[in-house]
Amino acid sequence: MSKVSMRVNGRATSGEIEGRTLLVEYLRDTLSLTGTHVGCDTSQCGACVVHVDGQAIKACTMFAAEAEGAEVTTIEGMANADGSLNTIQQAFQDHHGLQCGFCTPGMVMSAAALLKDNPRPSEHEVRQYLEGNICRCTGYHNIVKAILAASGQDVSAIAAE
Amino acid sequence: MPKDHGIGASPKRREDIRFLTGDGRYTDDINLAGQAYVHFLRSDVAHGRIRSIDMAAAAGMPGVVRIFTGEDFADIGGLPCGWCVTDRHGNPMQEPKHPVLAHGKVRHVGDPICAVVAETLSQARDAAEAIVVDIEELPAVIDMKKAVQDGAIKVHDDLASNLCYDWGFIEDNKAAVDEAFKAAHHVTTLELVNNRLIANPMEPRVAVGQWEKGTGDYTLYTTSQNPHVIRLLMGAFVLGIPEHKLRVVSPDVGGGFGTKIFHYAEEAFCTFAAKACRRPVKWTSSRSEAFMSDAHGRDHVSKIELAMDAEGMFTALRTDTYANMGAYLSTFAPSVPTWLHGILMAGNYKTPLIYVNVKAVFTNTVPVDAYRGAGRPEATYQLERVIDKAARETGRDPIALRRQNFITEFPYATPVAVEYDTGDYHATMDKLIEIADLAGFDARLAESKTRGKLRGLGVNCYIEACGIAPSNLVGQLGARAGLYESATVRVNATGGLVVMTGSHSHGQGHETAFPQVVADMIGIPEDMIEIVHGDTANAPMGMGTYGSRSLAVGGSAMVRATEKIIAKAKKIAAHIMEASDQDIELKDGKFTVAGTDKSLAWGDVTLAAYVPHNYPLKDLEPGLEETAFYDPNNFTYPSGAYCCEVEVDPDTGKVTIERFAAADDFGNIINPMIVDGQVHGGIAQGIGQALLEACAYDENGQLISASYMDYAMPRADDMPMFTVDHSCQTPCTHNPLGVKGCGEAGAIGSPPAVVNAVCDALQRAGKNVTHIDMPLSPARVWAAMNDATANEGAAQPAARSSGSAEGRSLGGQA
Repeated sequence: MSKVSMRVNGRATSGEIEGRTLLVEYLRDTLSLTGTHVGCDTSQCGACVVHVDGQAIKACTMFAAEAEGAEVTTIEGMANADGSLNTIQQAFQDHHGLQCGFCTPGMVMSAAALLKDNPRPSEHEVRQYLEGNICRCTGYHNIVKAILAASGQDVSAIAAE
Repeated sequence: MPKDHGIGASPKRREDIRFLTGDGRYTDDINLAGQAYVHFLRSDVAHGRIRSIDMAAAAGMPGVVRIFTGEDFADIGGLPCGWCVTDRHGNPMQEPKHPVLAHGKVRHVGDPICAVVAETLSQARDAAEAIVVDIEELPAVIDMKKAVQDGAIKVHDDLASNLCYDWGFIEDNKAAVDEAFKAAHHVTTLELVNNRLIANPMEPRVAVGQWEKGTGDYTLYTTSQNPHVIRLLMGAFVLGIPEHKLRVVSPDVGGGFGTKIFHYAEEAFCTFAAKACRRPVKWTSSRSEAFMSDAHGRDHVSKIELAMDAEGMFTALRTDTYANMGAYLSTFAPSVPTWLHGILMAGNYKTPLIYVNVKAVFTNTVPVDAYRGAGRPEATYQLERVIDKAARETGRDPIALRRQNFITEFPYATPVAVEYDTGDYHATMDKLIEIADLAGFDARLAESKTRGKLRGLGVNCYIEACGIAPSNLVGQLGARAGLYESATVRVNATGGLVVMTGSHSHGQGHETAFPQVVADMIGIPEDMIEIVHGDTANAPMGMGTYGSRSLAVGGSAMVRATEKIIAKAKKIAAHIMEASDQDIELKDGKFTVAGTDKSLAWGDVTLAAYVPHNYPLKDLEPGLEETAFYDPNNFTYPSGAYCCEVEVDPDTGKVTIERFAAADDFGNIINPMIVDGQVHGGIAQGIGQALLEACAYDENGQLISASYMDYAMPRADDMPMFTVDHSCQTPCTHNPLGVKGCGEAGAIGSPPAVVNAVCDALQRAGKNVTHIDMPLSPARVWAAMNDATANEGAAQPAARSSGSAEGRSLGGQA
């Protein structure tokens, strides 16, 4: 066991971990931040996406030890300071961009990373960017719509919400 | 002007707040003090006899609490099957034992052999690696048609054969159907495969078992669509725990799609081991484990024949299906290829004579059970594909051929034992033609051509049967359970109320939609109503969520309970206002006496119920809490018409979905936003089946699609935006809400639309391709176009025997 320290959602954290402990295990098991989910074991599904030093990372692809000293943001750190939903979260609710909610944290984290790099993506660009996030419930229609709406684009022409 | 509250409005989902902020509480988020972790050592061969298990090294490894094998469960019941099908000779199906841990033999890759309980999951895994299991490997039973031949190796040595049942429906009609085929003007025949799929809810299954030494009470936290059913099955049939000593909790569940209906070995193990180890035991499935332990779906090999007269009227229909059961019977497996499939073979058409034969077969594969649609997609796919082929063979327009055969008068008794209450198939077809812009197809076709792409159009109809019921009927059909639903409405003194329902919500938005109904009935804001579900300790016995039944059955129970609440509240109001309860009206949360200006607020009456000072105590008990159980007297029959437009790349065979439209008739709609979302998701799963997904075994029974690297899940860039409409509404006549159910329609209606469209694209390009089996991967489409053999793993070798285009498209050995 060894000690790891990192800032998570603006707070200093530390814990005793094994060398093989993944970042997602540190977040879920050590810090009890269970909003970050595990949907696969081959780094395909994207339910565990978090931000490490501003970059979207699948938290199952990184050892906790690799995040030593890093600034990590999880879904629990995404709401506005007053606790209200941020723009992306609100767009997901407004446009029914989630059903069971399991992939949702990863979707929101990926969407935030996309919009940071590309503030007004096309529908095609959104779909391409989400290649690493699997949703089984929504058929992606309303997720794509929510992300386009969160970028400030008019989605009223897109059929049916 | 759209409504902003109540029935027909689309309020934002209240459950979204916790899901969007990471505050959802899924089963894997539950950690109990002192819990140990279990890792299952699973068979890596499909079929074999266990010679020995050497656990000596593993038992001494760090953190190991105890290692269990099948021996530990020798005195415990096996996993039960909830449906017994009677075969065409009147005999019950063959029903094998299904041990919690493999005993004597392993029967599929993934069959659990040992369960290692340790202080940490890593320690449990490490110890499992040190166990040496000596297995005498036996030939794997994979090909369904070979499996039922005389002398075939048997999956279960104590059964007579690998044939679970040979089912004929309706057996008495068989001779008349055969005669009609002899007299037919034209017969169209199609052999096809309904590809084996894996439901793949994004949340893998989890079970946490707990046993309280002080009280002897057990609790199981599990990812289930129906916690009460698990309590009954596991308590009564597996572990012998009376229901009052067993609580089953299914908190937030990350999708189900059918695969979380069933009772699984891991649930029984964790509950059993919690007592044996005197501490909570937790199991979290990895995705790799899910692929080889979650019940799979579909996997039918069918031959369908359609007889027509000279005018194109359907005169008879005959189908032969081999249905894969896998190695054991999962909870509701036998019902899927039979009752959920056979009764839908009439589709939207007035074909007078129908005969359905199904042979269910045991193989050395993961058990197969209900997956979104369950039997109904298999029926719809066969029917809508053969009609398209028949239209082509006889030079008819596929839409016109469908229309001329539509059922137009309701109620309609089909020749396959069901009675459709309502529907308007021309209306949904008209709507489809409008929203899919069929008028613009030729222009789009021409535009595709300029880019060197082949464009095709596929249209089909579907009908489904939801809210399977009534209980006395399904009992006759072999169900070992009732299919009612329950609701308790508990009104609090201050007027807010809680609905405790047996319907489980795992993405369907019940917490938002159910209050819309109750709020409308009473005339109070939706936020005064809370929905409680997913815990046997605080909801009445209920049958859970599957088969698009929640609103039609669970919602109806909630309406009935609310009606009882309103009736009692009116009596209280009548007493206080000194009027007859017949004269009391409830509107907008206010009780009034007809013809007077007297009124009482909802909250005044609810307070009186719990502070009964001015109250008819002689005639009425205090309190305001009512329960209703609702057992429907028929299925509901949603229907619709779907249209898919594809482009095929002639150089690579890659299919792109360019447009997809769905016109559905779900009867009355409570929350249009949620209904749209359900249809979107269903369509995506149907497109996934049609283009991408194949659960494939090789001839040795190795599952070769057991990760997201190998099993092609639909991704965002595989899907178009969908155009969906549910403005055609013929309300259900026999439930109080007039609703039909919408959860499965998309998955039922979409696969034939996609395949019809691809065949259309190829035919327009002059290729004589009448069918390609799903999934329509580039290799299969290219091979079909080029009269070649696709060289990729076939999901179902039983289909390879035909040397037809169908057979060639499957690849391998045709």
